[in-house]
Amino acid sequence: MSSSVLYDAPGPRARLRNRLYTVVGSLAVVGLIVFVVYRMDAKGQLEPEVWDIFNNAGVRANIRDGLLTTLKVFAVAGVLSLVLGLLLAIARVSEHKPVRWFATTFIEVFRAVPLLITIYALWVLFLTYKNDLGAIGDNTGFWGLVIGLTVYNGSVQAEVFRAGINAVPRGQVEAAYALGLRKYQVMTTLLLPQAVRSMLPTMISQLVVTLKDTSLGYIITYTELLFATRTMANNIIVNGENPFTAVTIVVGAIYIAMCLALSSLATWIERRGRRAKTGVAVAAAAEPAEQPGVLDVAEGPLGPVDGDTTDRPGK
Amino acid sequence: MNVLLDHLTEFREGFIGTVLLTLASGLLAMVLGVIIAGFRVSPVPPLRLFGTAWVTLFRNTPLTLLFLVAWFVIPVIFVPGLSPWTKALLALGFYTSAFVCEAIRSGINTVPVGQAEAARSIGMTFTQTLRLIVLPQATRTVIPPLSSIFIALTKNSAIAGAFSVTELFGVQKLLSDQGFAIAWIFLWVALGYLVITFSISGFFRLVERRLGVAR
Repeated sequence: MSSSVLYDAPGPRARLRNRLYTVVGSLAVVGLIVFVVYRMDAKGQLEPEVWDIFNNAGVRANIRDGLLTTLKVFAVAGVLSLVLGLLLAIARVSEHKPVRWFATTFIEVFRAVPLLITIYALWVLFLTYKNDLGAIGDNTGFWGLVIGLTVYNGSVQAEVFRAGINAVPRGQVEAAYALGLRKYQVMTTLLLPQAVRSMLPTMISQLVVTLKDTSLGYIITYTELLFATRTMANNIIVNGENPFTAVTIVVGAIYIAMCLALSSLATWIERRGRRAKTGVAVAAAAEPAEQPGVLDVAEGPLGPVDGDTTDRPGK
Repeated sequence: MNVLLDHLTEFREGFIGTVLLTLASGLLAMVLGVIIAGFRVSPVPPLRLFGTAWVTLFRNTPLTLLFLVAWFVIPVIFVPGLSPWTKALLALGFYTSAFVCEAIRSGINTVPVGQAEAARSIGMTFTQTLRLIVLPQATRTVIPPLSSIFIALTKNSAIAGAFSVTELFGVQKLLSDQGFAIAWIFLWVALGYLVITFSISGFFRLVERRLGVAR
């Protein structure tokens, strides 16, 4: 109790008061839940027929297919964004100015533009040139979503990688060069392994964001989990109504379960990382981060990143 | 270029729409976020539980799903007849409140316990400790993450456009449906968002400098 900065260990009077608040608070929370359930019941959302739809094999197959599509988009976009992030991060710390500028511009532009805008623009673009695109032509929705997710999350992942690379003590790089290692050897044997290791929790947290953002496919009418189930609910009528509420609750539970599983993986890796003594701090898994904002590069996951301020605009 | 000049009205309305929606839902998120953060650091277990549930729920739900809830579930179960704008405001505000809450909570947690203990030991009351010692320090820590949250909120407000609320994404959709070159529309809409997000980060940087002290 006394571990909080806000209040002291309670004395007898405070304990009594806290107990009173506990009772009042519990009543308020329970009251809220009862109210929600009451309203749902009053509007007929708790009728057995409404929930019976999930016993229907067709409905279940539909949810399963949507889930698989979502996971497919997530898998492809997740892997591609990590690869792109790695490439962009390496380009950003490159010694060649044009390469560095290109990577910086790419990262800043795609981080600043809302993901939905990018996805929509790609989708329209792919639809327009459908016939010339070959492989993409048949799956404009899929590729619009995947490429959009990739460029956006890749740009964020690049900054995460870079923060990890910058967190490696300078002396190690100098030592490596002194031993006669080449530039690519320093990068592949020294910087990247440590960067990945220390940034793994943050990278996984960003993957949670990627997973959540696959639902933007709904807006470009791509049949991922959300769109598939919504379309299904549109076609079912129970007691004279579409079972939107029931379907939304189930789909919401699926999303929350997936995201929680992924973020607890991040927390677990973070805890494991703390035990190891490598000298490079492991980043916090904390947020399924709302991404650091436009040009707020300095607030990397490890706090302000030291050094390398040369190519950072607006500072 | 012509797309912008010929449709200046749409772009202007979209821009104002995005700004208004961001401001309003940012305000709602701040109010809710502060209340929930208060719950989460309170000594009352059920309120702490409620706060944790709130944050877990809203942080792990896709925003698109919350928009669907606002559009199809809220009208059925609670209040029918909300305007699309209000529904977008609710979805964005509730979603963002979870992130605001976490920022504030971690801001409070960065104040060392010893400071409050020292304050109490020289005889400060609870209110004095809070007003003079804890809150001024917590506020300063919270500003950078809040800036990121509001920038993310601006970008997230794009989803509202897909649900027929007038804002910049809606403009992109409208004009590309009319067959204008998507690349140009993309450029202008993106610039619109950039202006807003730049203003936000500029504003917060100003506040940060004003409040900045050596620690």
